[in-house]
Amino acid sequence: MIELKDISKVYLVGDERVKALDHASLHIYPHEFVSIIGPSGSGKSTLMNIIGCLDVADAGTYLLDGLPIESYKENQLAKIRNQKIGFVFQSFNLIPKLSAEENVELPLIYQKVPKNERHRRVKEALERVNLSHRAKHLPTELSGGQQQRVAIARALVTNPSLILADEPTGNLDSKTSREIMDIFHELHQQGNTIVLITHDNDVAKQAPRSVHILDGRLTEVTL
Amino acid sequence: MQAFTMALRSISSNKMRSVLTMLGIIIGVMALVVLVSLVNGAAGQVTDTISDLGNSLITATISDDKGSPITLDTIAQWEKEEAELGQIAPYATDSFIGRHGGEYGSMTVYGATGSYYSLQNLQLSMGRWINSADVENNSYVCVINETAAEELIGYTDCVGQTLSINDVEHTVIGVLQADEDSLTSVLTSGTMMAYVPYTTLVRLSDTVTQDITSFYVSAAQGSTLDIAEAALETLLNERFEEDEDAYSLSSSQMLEEAMSTVTSSLSILLGGIAAVSLVVGGIGIMNIMLVTVTERTREIGIRKAIGASRGTILTQFLMEAVVLCMMGCALGIFLSWAILQLVNTIVVSTGISFSLDGGVVAIAVAFCFIIGVVFGLYPANKAAKMKPIDALHYGG
Repeated sequence: MIELKDISKVYLVGDERVKALDHASLHIYPHEFVSIIGPSGSGKSTLMNIIGCLDVADAGTYLLDGLPIESYKENQLAKIRNQKIGFVFQSFNLIPKLSAEENVELPLIYQKVPKNERHRRVKEALERVNLSHRAKHLPTELSGGQQQRVAIARALVTNPSLILADEPTGNLDSKTSREIMDIFHELHQQGNTIVLITHDNDVAKQAPRSVHILDGRLTEVTL
Repeated sequence: MQAFTMALRSISSNKMRSVLTMLGIIIGVMALVVLVSLVNGAAGQVTDTISDLGNSLITATISDDKGSPITLDTIAQWEKEEAELGQIAPYATDSFIGRHGGEYGSMTVYGATGSYYSLQNLQLSMGRWINSADVENNSYVCVINETAAEELIGYTDCVGQTLSINDVEHTVIGVLQADEDSLTSVLTSGTMMAYVPYTTLVRLSDTVTQDITSFYVSAAQGSTLDIAEAALETLLNERFEEDEDAYSLSSSQMLEEAMSTVTSSLSILLGGIAAVSLVVGGIGIMNIMLVTVTERTREIGIRKAIGASRGTILTQFLMEAVVLCMMGCALGIFLSWAILQLVNTIVVSTGISFSLDGGVVAIAVAFCFIIGVVFGLYPANKAAKMKPIDALHYGG
């Protein structure tokens, strides 16, 4: 399902070459719930960008559902992100001008799904995160946990192959964090593939499988 | 459609800024539409006046007869032989002292023939006009206007009275109606005028001779002035050794044509100046769109992350610029209409009315659209080219 082989990525910071990823390899199977844990600066964000098809590696191969990602152009990557990946970010990243349901609807608009079906699926996704009653609200009118649930609904609505969560609880208090993690567990039980990136051991160990990243290298760990 | 509603939302979410940005376009459109409409309205009025007042005839003036002068005989011959020409009315004018009893005053005296009456659309209030016998016999008869009748003789019912012009006694055979609508009477109101047979004027005057230098020509019945003009041109060219400078022809039609040339160049000039202000407005749009793109970098990143393609982002921002432009355009047109209505109520007494010129409105709309596209393209492209990760991590 996800196959990273010898992925390397180098950034130029000033005159210095920083190896964000150094021959990283990772295999994630369908319906897995994997957490990737590492301190800041370990290359997690880069890994997440590459898995999320937001960026391409300098070297190595990445197969997502059998698609060789490094050979695609920007617009094709946008399409792949749209159809195969649901993002959940630390800072929620909702569009402030759009209401909760419009935010959830957005990826379906990009997929050119007909209006009626869009509305049905948006309703369904919001129900799954228990936010139907807040559908018409703007993100600023929602609490952090609610905003993150909207973001999860937005990630779910396209039925993606992979839900990619980057520190989804990073901006939330522990109670709301638990609620969010509960949703992830639920999604996992429903058969979704989830990759969760975090620096928090407590969060990471909730996943059945954890991968550790340090200095751009990946190692399997048991927590 | 989706892009359109998104553009509307984004514009309305920052109303003050949007209105200020549109102001450039609004002012530009107003300048364009109002100025051109005013010019066209005024020009239309003037042209109407010209065609109302002027008669449909050609005025010919001979400046150099090249040894073959036109005489009354020539005119008679042309009238008979040239099928394309209608009536021909030679005329000449001079100024004399008119006297009746103790009253006297300066008079404009025209030498004319029978055709002059109908070609100039004159109306007699009493008596008769000069006839061909008067011309043949150089009779001392005259037709005077109401002003002359009132000022010299004292009353208008004066047919049969005598009037001395340049100290020669003339019998008054007719009095002209004061016609307020004709161009001649507007220009000469208050002047005393007398019409005498052409041959009589030749005798009275030192400057007028048998050689005719000015005459009016009308179109033959069922024909047009253009055809008559062409025929007359050929005729005069033949006579004057192909020298086009020897004579000049003018008609109210030519005047109208000249007028429309003047007004259309004036429209183009003013329109051009207004177009410059529209371009300036467009630059304002581009400026604010660049700011918007930077401000919404994060939004662009989110949209790209969840699957917006370059084209989608480009369309979104381009649409925003175009919608902004078109809203400015619509407001500008509406305000132009309001201004023209206002001008109309102010100048209502002059009888001139201004209306929105459909052509210029269409030009304004097309121009605004082009400006929206041209000046929106660069910011939109800038937005579309952003890398999703850079945009996503911008400012956060």
